[in-house]
Amino acid sequence: MEQKELRELEAKCTQEHPPGCTAACPVHVDIRAMVAALRQGDYAAGFAVLQKNLPFPGIISRICDQPCQQACKRGEVGGAISIKALERVCVENNTKPAAKLTLLPAKNKKIAVVGAGLSGLTTAFDLLKKGYQVVLFEVKDRLGGSLWEIPEDRLPREVLKKDLAVFEDLALEVHYNTMLGQESSVNLSLESLCEDFAAIYLDLGCVEAALLNLGLKLNREGRIETAPGTLVTSNPKVFAGGSQYLGVGNISPITSISHGRMAAISIDRFLQNASLTANRDHEGPFTTKLYTSIQDITPLPPVPMTNPQLGYTPEEASEEANRCLLCQCLECVKACEYLAHYRAYPKRYVREVYNNLSIVMGIHHANTMINSCSLCGLCQEICPGSLDMGEVCHAARKMMVGKGKMPPSAHDFALRDMQFSNSQDFALVRHQPGFSSSRALFFPGCQLSGSAPGQVEKVYTYLQEKLADGVGLMLGCCGAPADWAGQEEMFQEVLGNIEVQWQQLGKPEIIVGCPTCYQVFKDNLPDIPLEFLWSLLDRLGLPTVEATINPSTLAVHDTCTARHEKEIQDSVRSVLRKLGHQIEELAYSRELTECCGFGGLMQFANREIASKAVHKRINESQIDYLAYCAMCRDNFARQGKRTYHLLDLIYGFPPGDPAERPAPGYSERQENRARLKKKLVQEVWGEKMVEEEEDFPLIIADQVQEMLEDRLILVADVQKVVAYAERTGNKLQDAETGYFIAYYKPVSVTYWVEYSPQKNGFAIHKVYSHRLEITD
Amino acid sequence: MNRQESPEEQKKIICVKCNIPLTLGKTTLSYLGSSFPVELFQCSQCGLIYVPEDLALGKMLQVEKALEDK
Repeated sequence: MEQKELRELEAKCTQEHPPGCTAACPVHVDIRAMVAALRQGDYAAGFAVLQKNLPFPGIISRICDQPCQQACKRGEVGGAISIKALERVCVENNTKPAAKLTLLPAKNKKIAVVGAGLSGLTTAFDLLKKGYQVVLFEVKDRLGGSLWEIPEDRLPREVLKKDLAVFEDLALEVHYNTMLGQESSVNLSLESLCEDFAAIYLDLGCVEAALLNLGLKLNREGRIETAPGTLVTSNPKVFAGGSQYLGVGNISPITSISHGRMAAISIDRFLQNASLTANRDHEGPFTTKLYTSIQDITPLPPVPMTNPQLGYTPEEASEEANRCLLCQCLECVKACEYLAHYRAYPKRYVREVYNNLSIVMGIHHANTMINSCSLCGLCQEICPGSLDMGEVCHAARKMMVGKGKMPPSAHDFALRDMQFSNSQDFALVRHQPGFSSSRALFFPGCQLSGSAPGQVEKVYTYLQEKLADGVGLMLGCCGAPADWAGQEEMFQEVLGNIEVQWQQLGKPEIIVGCPTCYQVFKDNLPDIPLEFLWSLLDRLGLPTVEATINPSTLAVHDTCTARHEKEIQDSVRSVLRKLGHQIEELAYSRELTECCGFGGLMQFANREIASKAVHKRINESQIDYLAYCAMCRDNFARQGKRTYHLLDLIYGFPPGDPAERPAPGYSERQENRARLKKKLVQEVWGEKMVEEEEDFPLIIADQVQEMLEDRLILVADVQKVVAYAERTGNKLQDAETGYFIAYYKPVSVTYWVEYSPQKNGFAIHKVYSHRLEITD
Repeated sequence: MNRQESPEEQKKIICVKCNIPLTLGKTTLSYLGSSFPVELFQCSQCGLIYVPEDLALGKMLQVEKALEDK
């Protein structure tokens, strides 16, 4: 991943963008943080938030014109938050002294500020903090300008005086009763200021600039013309803003403050010979990109004040603060257990993935995170910026494999299962007996064959009858596990084999029984004409229903790999209706469906998250589920959720209730596949397969079976250990229990088995494994 | 991982072929290009090793993960 790509991905996630109120505030007060502090009753923390961006928090908490409210998301559900009133509560209830100002080292440059209104005072304040010497010229005999014209009930004088007292600690030189102009009666000219000072800021209030004869370019309204974004006038060392810029009808105290701040930044840049314009996009108000859903928010009107003159009581303020949505996006995180698990959000995750890929020496902390994603694509559907973490993780896995940095334990087991399915034990490709060509080719997939081999047989029989003209059969794995594991080479090899065999059969249409195989072929083997089993059955007519299941209402679980396959989703629903069932749509269905925990090999890389994912899914409805992927069905059933596979509704699963039939484990799935092949070869093609004698039959109790499943150890591997120990005599014995203990490493994992010989075979007591090799 | 639990706690394991109890001895474990010496119970005659379950699923698993993330 390149830096540029990282930035593009990061930009898609809006979680770190400010809430609408903060973006709309010309000085970007962190209102969300202030409200959060208020909720805790921590007025000092709330006040500290205000003080960070506001030189005069008391004044603003009384007279702010609140452009923030226009952008408040709560405004769409009940009414905007009373932000100014909450600020006032922080100011009035804060008992801690204001934080000490931090001043930069003194600079040997003098700046003149003309006018002591809000913008002039802010410029003076900011420049003093930056270490400049500031001389203020004010026409009246006090600081504050037109603030003194505001009625006392709106702006009590003690509030005004308290905020202005901030200058007592600053070395501000003030010249009162000084007026700017070139008339003979006045004592200050812009010309002389330009000679004596390095830069000048003009906060002239609503005075008609033309009357002052300043020699600056004026705009059509007769006010001093300034460049938006920098406030520089036609004279490069003179800056102007505040009400002079806004005009009489548009007075905005908070904008005046932002002008003062903007001018101070411009002056600082001007005096340092830096660009006036570079990187200033986010000064002043802007529209945030942060997405915040108000979908499930109950409308609530603003909390009224018992006494509007006194403002909110602390209790009222707390209630109003609780109305704040504390705007965030987190849409994907709310929908995905994987994204929630790591307690952050995609912008951070993308960065972690990037860092993980960039490490040359050191620990790859994000390996497990990268391998834990189900690659299901739900986040992309939900994300307002369409960021797909699955795509990011998939690309990262391929890079890790390419660099030899993929932890072998993450996917080894699943890849070996794939290899089993594509070995002689299961793989098979044939024309229908009696045919030398195939009109269609049935590809049931490895998981359906592993879960319900009897149903595969029945479907194949039905397809042969219904389609006539020859329906071939191809048993094997489509390669999805290799794709998910980032094993591109292995994946291409599987696809290549499938394509060659398909060509050799005369390029028939492939009828696919598994939605994941369907997606893999569709995306990677575009020349192959495909039809999903259920679309075909919906079109051709259903087989005779053998199952005895009373029509009921079922919740359809769409497979995540069929997220964008509307035709598949529709055909499944159509078949369900034909079978007499009602459908309940889950909140997350069709293009918003969720993964069962198997996708992306999640359950091999991170069992904890996979378990959370499957439990989230099965708790979304009380009624029975209907799945059309065998893996989804088995994953739900394993956790006790009554779930039918669509084929169960046609063929049943004698002798019991198909919704409750147990999910076969990994070993049993392989045995089912092998048995299916053997049965078909013998019964359909009438060939005898060589029966392998089991030299060392195993006796495995249920709890040991569970141990095998849990530890990802196959019965076949246990068999190898026992056979090795019995043939070579290389075994240990526990003197206490008398059990034999043996170990053997067929490929890369060393398996340990504790066992004891019985009359009819070998009883297995314990199994475990490790990947570290014993080298001598 | 240098030592297994002390011999007192260690259950008595016998090499079936040589018919002698295992004793602590030096051996090497390796993974993904890294090797390190360890002391494990083994048969002093034929060299058959014993890795108990808690070692395999505890310390050895930790080391595996650490090496895989290196």
